[in-house]
Amino acid sequence: METSVTTASEGRVWGGGNRPLGASYGKLMMWFFIVSDALTFSGFLASYGFSRFKFIETWPIADEVFTHVPFFHGNYPMYYVAFMTFILIMSSVTMVLAVDAGHKMIQKKVILYMFLTIIGGAIFVGSQAWEWATFIKGDYGAIETKGGRILQFVKADSGERAALADFAKTIPSDRIDHERRNGVWFYQDKALPSYTVNEVTEGLLANPNILIRTETITESGDKQLLTREESLTRIKDAKEVVEGANLIHNEYGSRLFADFFFFITGFHGFHVFSGVMINIIIFFNIILGTYERRGHYEMVEKVGLYWHFVDLVWVFVFTFFYLV
Amino acid sequence: MAHEHKLEIFRGLLKFKSNIQKIWGVLVFLTIVTAVEVGLGITKPDVLTANTFIGMKILNWIFIVLTLVKAYYIAWDFMHLRDEKNSLRRAIVWTPIFLVSYLIFILLYEADYIYTVFRDGFVTWDF
Repeated sequence: METSVTTASEGRVWGGGNRPLGASYGKLMMWFFIVSDALTFSGFLASYGFSRFKFIETWPIADEVFTHVPFFHGNYPMYYVAFMTFILIMSSVTMVLAVDAGHKMIQKKVILYMFLTIIGGAIFVGSQAWEWATFIKGDYGAIETKGGRILQFVKADSGERAALADFAKTIPSDRIDHERRNGVWFYQDKALPSYTVNEVTEGLLANPNILIRTETITESGDKQLLTREESLTRIKDAKEVVEGANLIHNEYGSRLFADFFFFITGFHGFHVFSGVMINIIIFFNIILGTYERRGHYEMVEKVGLYWHFVDLVWVFVFTFFYLV
Repeated sequence: MAHEHKLEIFRGLLKFKSNIQKIWGVLVFLTIVTAVEVGLGITKPDVLTANTFIGMKILNWIFIVLTLVKAYYIAWDFMHLRDEKNSLRRAIVWTPIFLVSYLIFILLYEADYIYTVFRDGFVTWDF
């Protein structure tokens, strides 16, 4: 039905000026960009899948990694990410409402809805920053072995995770943080963790209630818990104390998990940030009446497309990082 | 520009009176889907994690299908693909679907092979 539209202009097909897709130049270009950007994100998520399938038996369980909610103590897996998702969908809704008001040329409403959209985006970016900070800071701390595997600690009686501070011994020793100013200017040591390997090992030996948990995922879908004897043998492989996550070490498990987390959510966060910036520019244009004079609000529609795309990507990131 | 909007979703099952109503309706639907996802993600029912379908837990299939459902409604109603011409819509939707399916297939298949190499090889990775 709709595909036969071109018949009307059949007489002057060669003269140019046809719009077979029925979309303006700007909108079409925005769609071009969105499709190519979608392919970029798909590449990232597919490579995440690649690494995950490669280490399918040892990949971290997202529920155990993202368990915090700001201003609340305790273990609340996923609630905060769900909230973030809702905020982003909500800001998408205000964006559609702005586009709708733009079609009807109601400037006041466009201003209001654009403002709400910007607020939603800002809340989302802020939440993501908080999520990053929490992830980088870390939770319980862990031990990295010579082979680069992560050993975490669990209290045998309650089954809860044990933080290093709960059991590590304090052994007085001189540890000096080697900073850039103390030696050759380009050489700087990593910041020292709160405990040495020796302190953690001694703490484990002295505390019969502590068991080691490895990265391996068992049949039941939980991480493998070693017995007390196995734990005592395993701790001998310890090489480093890891607290939090960065691009090289990750207390939650596979370091690739942290790398992809920073890369994909970072790239998405950067999109949201630029989206907010573009929205602000358009917002001021609306207030100045630029589109009122132009006679249409198509610009709002175009940034709207971008904004919804950011939301769309988040839906996928949410699924593949936090749910699956 | 498409000024007229198609106001029914779910293949005509639900028809809205105005575009604004449709937007809120879609929001309600997306919120429900997200709530279901989060609920399943927190409870992780044993029935869904114990059984697999083509090498993946049923639970994960549910997540992926629900994600695609959400993506459909965001693209169709928020990005108003529903109101665009068929040709534009098809060009936008099928190009990535084709390319991404191919990419996913080839990467995951290769990753699974590498996994078996790690598992069955003569090099120990856990020490």
